[in-house]
Amino acid sequence: MTDATGMPPPDNGGQTNGQGAGNPGTNGAGDAGRAEVPPILTITGLRTQFGTSVIHDNLDFSVQPGEVMGVVGGSGTGKSVLIRTIIGLNKPTAGRIAVFGRDLASLSAAETTAMQSRWGVLFQDGALFSSLTVAQNIEVPMKEHSDLPPELRQELIDVKVSMVGLPPDAAHKYPAELSGGMRKRAGLARALALDADILFLDEPTAGLDPIGAANFDILIGDLQRALGLTVVMVTHDLDSLYAICDRVSVLVDKRVKVGTIEELMHEPDPWIQEYFGGPRGRAAAGSAERSGTAPQSAG
Amino acid sequence: MSAAEELLAASSLEVVRDGPRLILRFIGDWTTGELAKHDPALRSLDSQGAQQAVLDLTHCGTVDSAGAWVLDRTAGDLKERGLVVEVAGAAPAVETLMGTVAARRVKCPPAPKADNPLVAVAVRLGRETLRISREAADLLSFLGLTVTVMARTLARPWRIRLTPLISQMEQTGFNALPIVGLISFLVGVVLAYQGADQLAQFGAQIFTVNLVAVGILREMGILLTSIIVAGRSGSAFTAQIGTMKVNEEIDAMRTLGLDPMEVLVMPRVIALVLVLPLLTFYADIMGLLGGAVMATIVLDITFFQFARQLADAVTVETLAVGIIKAPFFAFIIGMIGCYEGLQVTRSAESVGQQTTRAVVEAIFLVIVLDALLSIFFSVIGF
Repeated sequence: MTDATGMPPPDNGGQTNGQGAGNPGTNGAGDAGRAEVPPILTITGLRTQFGTSVIHDNLDFSVQPGEVMGVVGGSGTGKSVLIRTIIGLNKPTAGRIAVFGRDLASLSAAETTAMQSRWGVLFQDGALFSSLTVAQNIEVPMKEHSDLPPELRQELIDVKVSMVGLPPDAAHKYPAELSGGMRKRAGLARALALDADILFLDEPTAGLDPIGAANFDILIGDLQRALGLTVVMVTHDLDSLYAICDRVSVLVDKRVKVGTIEELMHEPDPWIQEYFGGPRGRAAAGSAERSGTAPQSAG
Repeated sequence: MSAAEELLAASSLEVVRDGPRLILRFIGDWTTGELAKHDPALRSLDSQGAQQAVLDLTHCGTVDSAGAWVLDRTAGDLKERGLVVEVAGAAPAVETLMGTVAARRVKCPPAPKADNPLVAVAVRLGRETLRISREAADLLSFLGLTVTVMARTLARPWRIRLTPLISQMEQTGFNALPIVGLISFLVGVVLAYQGADQLAQFGAQIFTVNLVAVGILREMGILLTSIIVAGRSGSAFTAQIGTMKVNEEIDAMRTLGLDPMEVLVMPRVIALVLVLPLLTFYADIMGLLGGAVMATIVLDITFFQFARQLADAVTVETLAVGIIKAPFFAFIIGMIGCYEGLQVTRSAESVGQQTTRAVVEAIFLVIVLDALLSIFFSVIGF
């Protein structure tokens, strides 16, 4: 397991981006430099099928290093399935998925494990292990995929716990004793335990009250900037889209349409028009404008 | 170029003493996977009496938040020892990351200590005693409730919900036929075989038939069937009702003016009370059949001889003693299954806990009741 985290990245798009080091331009989502940098995640010709129902058909999708990509779509269009397929919980019927420039299907078991330690996943309700405390939950990936000494692990747990904005005394609580928002924060801390390069979030703000949801948006934005993360998030929350997403992909007709929100507004597709042009979309756009789009203020 | 690449391939730490200055040169990638080999060295760093320290990050490659934490901690440690610390050559991103991590330097309180084991045992004993007595009381009141609702339902039989009743009878009775039959048959076989072995010592092999008949009809048939049904159907009742409880379906039912006792509990309990005597009869037959098959093979007793000996050995009362217990056992199993299902709280975890508890309690109470009834029957000479 020595190569689990220290995996030398041979043809790795993340090399230049890394963990934020050597890439001071991460902040501005790299509007100018986007075209030159190879994507961190590429999907080509993806087809997902359950029985006879086809969820994705010939879907192409790519994410640039350091960007925040929102994934939206109507119920049942396969947003969560897309994420689950990328992280390998779902086997695609056809198509190629490459992360850090490497085809996932061609990886050996050891390489897959190494790959898994380079991405973090936050499931809908945190998916914390209920028999472990928050601190132990965060420790699981550290114990499993690194050889950090216990003392250092403890210090890093402290750092992660406070990084996601949990109070220190939450570290020794069990998931059942936490509120929904705190569970999500703890899940985020676990996802970040090994300094993932890519963070996948499945409806991070669902089930949170508007204030909690806004705070969570700010937290994700802050961490993304501080750690130079690439974030792919499935969301229904229009406010989140406006607040932190650089680009948005919309799942329509079993494929994705990708662009900034302004670009997508010009799409003729009726669902997209309805989504961004509907009363909620307009309200979110209005409030984003009033607050200056991105929540830069919180530290 | 290749030298530089080699340099970046792995991390290393160089400690150089330069006059009054201590230079720590961090080379390569300082990421989570690399830290284990440097952490002890950095913790026990010998400052060699220097007054200044320089953390030279010029040759530093990728740094992740764990690496930044270690860098920042080292700087902090040296500062605490009275050295003037300077961080040189850090890329802006590394500097930001170190700043971010430094700002988050909040220590979590240590994990709470576990109680003294003796105290813990005492506490647990007390808590369990309280829980069991509370549960016994609750179960008793649920028994009262079930009996009341049952009496009310039977007084107005047209209010019995026929569809769920039939469906429950199918699930708990008809679908249990294969497993109940197989197990009873095998127990008949075992009884006959063991009995024949022992009785052969007295040359009384023929009494194997008496042993099998009395054993199966009075005790084994009903007891085995009850235990299988408790495991199959009692647990199913708890899981079904418990899942409905988790989904708030029970609450929804109440708001729609439906009584869960009438809609959920009654069909299950009544179905089981009706079905268990039939299952027991079937188990008795299968058990005798198993004994007969074994007797034919091992003892050379023909089916005809077996039947004649059987007629001498038992009367209809023997069969009745077994079957008369069935409705009582069925009532206990059904009631406990439903009761534990209704005790489920709103977490998926508790469905599993209550299901286990339902099966254990049902089997326990069935055996206790069986023992009591055995004494009762022997006192009245039945």
